Amino acid sequence: MPDGTRPPRLTVDGLNAWYGPSHVLFGVSFDVAPGEVVTLLGRNGAGKTTTLRALMGMLPKRMGSILFDGVETIGLPGRRIARLGMGYVPEERGIFASLSVRENLFLPPEIAPGGASEEEIYGLFPNLRERRFSRGTQLSGGEQQMLAIGRIMRTGARFLLLDEPTEGLAPVIVEQIGRTIAALKAQGFTVILVEQNFRFAAAVADRHVVMETGRVVDTIPNDQIGASMGRLRGYLGI
Amino acid sequence: MTDTSAPIGLTAARATPAAERDPKQLQRWIFVGLFLFLCAAPWFAYPIFVMKILCFALFASAFNLLFGYVGLLSFGHAAYFGMASYVAAYTAKFWPVTPEIAILLGTATATLMGLVFGAIAIRRQGIYFAMITLALAQLVYFFAIQTPKFTHGEDGLQGVPRGYLFGIFDLANDMTLYAMVLAIFMGGMLLIHRVIHSPFGQILQAIRDNEPRAISLGYRTQRYKLLGLVLSAGIAGLAGATKAIVFQVATLVDVHWSMSGEPILMTLVGGMGTIFGPMVGAAVIGVMQNYMQGLGSWLTVTQGLIFIFCVLAFRAGIVGTIGRLIRRDI
Amino acid sequence: MFELIGIPPQALLGQLFLGLINGSFYATLSLGLAVIFGLLHIINFAHGAFYMLGAFAAWFGLTHFGIGYWSALVLAPLIVGAAGIAVERLLIARISGLNVLYGLLLTFGLALVVQGLVRNFYGSSGLRYPVPADLAGGKNLGFMFLPWYRGWVLAISVVVCLTTWFVIERTRIGSTLRAAQENPGLVEAFGINVPRLVSLTYGVGVALAAFAGVLAAPIYSVQPEMGADLLIVVFAVVVIGGMGSILGSILTGLGLGLIEGLTKVFYPEASNVVIFVIMVVVLMIKPEGLFGSAQ
Repeated sequence: MPDGTRPPRLTVDGLNAWYGPSHVLFGVSFDVAPGEVVTLLGRNGAGKTTTLRALMGMLPKRMGSILFDGVETIGLPGRRIARLGMGYVPEERGIFASLSVRENLFLPPEIAPGGASEEEIYGLFPNLRERRFSRGTQLSGGEQQMLAIGRIMRTGARFLLLDEPTEGLAPVIVEQIGRTIAALKAQGFTVILVEQNFRFAAAVADRHVVMETGRVVDTIPNDQIGASMGRLRGYLGI
Repeated sequence: MTDTSAPIGLTAARATPAAERDPKQLQRWIFVGLFLFLCAAPWFAYPIFVMKILCFALFASAFNLLFGYVGLLSFGHAAYFGMASYVAAYTAKFWPVTPEIAILLGTATATLMGLVFGAIAIRRQGIYFAMITLALAQLVYFFAIQTPKFTHGEDGLQGVPRGYLFGIFDLANDMTLYAMVLAIFMGGMLLIHRVIHSPFGQILQAIRDNEPRAISLGYRTQRYKLLGLVLSAGIAGLAGATKAIVFQVATLVDVHWSMSGEPILMTLVGGMGTIFGPMVGAAVIGVMQNYMQGLGSWLTVTQGLIFIFCVLAFRAGIVGTIGRLIRRDI
Repeated sequence: MFELIGIPPQALLGQLFLGLINGSFYATLSLGLAVIFGLLHIINFAHGAFYMLGAFAAWFGLTHFGIGYWSALVLAPLIVGAAGIAVERLLIARISGLNVLYGLLLTFGLALVVQGLVRNFYGSSGLRYPVPADLAGGKNLGFMFLPWYRGWVLAISVVVCLTTWFVIERTRIGSTLRAAQENPGLVEAFGINVPRLVSLTYGVGVALAAFAGVLAAPIYSVQPEMGADLLIVVFAVVVIGGMGSILGSILTGLGLGLIEGLTKVFYPEASNVVIFVIMVVVLMIKPEGLFGSAQ
């Protein structure tokens, strides 16, 4: 829970972003406290993935302010933002087809001490150990997701951006991912989660930021979610 | 930031806002002005020099028909230009034919080569197409080296008679010759203009801009591209054959890979995908070559620098830039 | 002494060996082209010019500074590689994101500049570079004469090609390179300096070409056009093999060299063009190339 006394780890203020000529984010503002799990909710095309990509410095044109641990990152290239301790699990998982599982795991450089060791990751996701010499894309969707999360845990980043980690996965795998996120939270990781699966989001998050057409339209603490259900249904069309 | 999403073809030079206005009207007036200018040109410039530029302008325009309007970068147009030049020179010299027949035979040869090479090269796109055309042209170059009976090897075919046009007009007279070259040039240019504005040309440009879309609309794009290449090769051959009659020689220089670079450079300087760009480029490069004669390799260096400059900072070329300023396709 | 269809085996094996030497140059150059293409998506038309610069740097070092062959084999690729990095930073990086054909045109212009400059100062007649004393002479193996220098060229080329393969397929930096070929944006978002990786890749690619150039200096005469003509053949090799596979590039290069050697024995008139003819045949049967995948 945000405790109000510590400064937020991330403060997004008036973020605008463009894909080529098209303006896609319009003054997005929100913040994330240390140790908090925040979801971005919204329909397809609401700008959730774009927001994550903008935070990672992956959009060519951004304006506004993104304060990460006190550092203004709006003008920084992606590699510098990653080095500040922001770890990214992209949509569709971003597993490299021409790399083995192990090569995928070791691709992101360590950016801070205290990352999970290879053994710890295999302990968390035993399937990966068996398949460590397979090509990344020979894994099942669930295994790919585990690899994508394990890959970023190895780097020592303590602030994670997860883009739809449960998309297209079997319920038993979704459960395992949920346990993993809860474990990360218990270890003090801060997480921004983009989710379509609302039940999953409600089970792991502290707070929900609702987006529509490139704007933040609402923020709902998880403990008020029951009272806000009607509002949420309207936003999400569920 | 303007050109980042150009998957097929090089659409940089297109003045898109002008698309709504009919560009043909303006282009017709420019053609009229051009014709009048070229009629007057021999009175204030060396006719031979102007004819050289006209031949290369036609050559570059033929290349641009394929590059600028179909999006295929051929690095082997010397094959068509050079072989047509050999055929025209050989037939004019050793066969009892009049010069227009020699030129036609050269053009026909190039057209046929375009069909054969096209059928092979069209199987790949982009840079592969460029590499394949270059390799095929090198094949032609070695053919020319190894058939000295036909090409006379290092010496080339020299002393080609200009002959009598239709058996009547003596082309030894520079002005008569000039009239013929001007007619050929204007004919070739108007053909290119006509093709570009025809429904066929519109489809070519649609393929250049988005081939998968053209395919999904039901066009058999390979056939269109092949026909575009055949036209381009034929007109390049027309230019080469005419050049052989004007300068009375055909040599290995005409089929060497560096000759394939000439129309590319001219098109880049003048503006790819514009009607009048290649001829402006041919004039600029022609005048430059004239002034730098005797400077040897500095000419090559300068041409290389122009390539680099155009790609980095002047992708629209001269005519493309003017077209943007006046918001018309020219 | 037996004869094979009228050809003495000495001549046959000698030509096959010469073919392998040529093939090792095709392999090294097409490998460099493929590595550069994989990450930068440009066909480096200046590759032949960098090859020539390697040979020329060796000649220049020997003539003006007394730098010997073995030092040149290390220094020339380093110098040319550094020049390549500068070229990538100053010129090629500026057109990233544009249509790939611009890369071809840009590097073509660059090749003209480099070749023109060398020709301007040193002429177009060949400069002679001696075979290093350590590798002079050769040995009669009974079935053929093996000049030491040519044996060395073949051996070191194969070693360099296989090392390149090993680095790309089996090391950490290689896996980073492969990942960047697939999705440079994501690799950058993991904290890796992709622009630097791109420059480095171009530098290493042209350094390979320069290395081949030094190897070639004592065999072929050093002259400004030596790379341009070779490059056109290498383009055909690349079309035949496809650029998808490193080992494929190496095998295609060596194999085509062998075929060219065979042609010299049985039908010398066609030896200049046999690779182009094979290219045509491959395009008819398998347009994506022997080791390429359909896009």
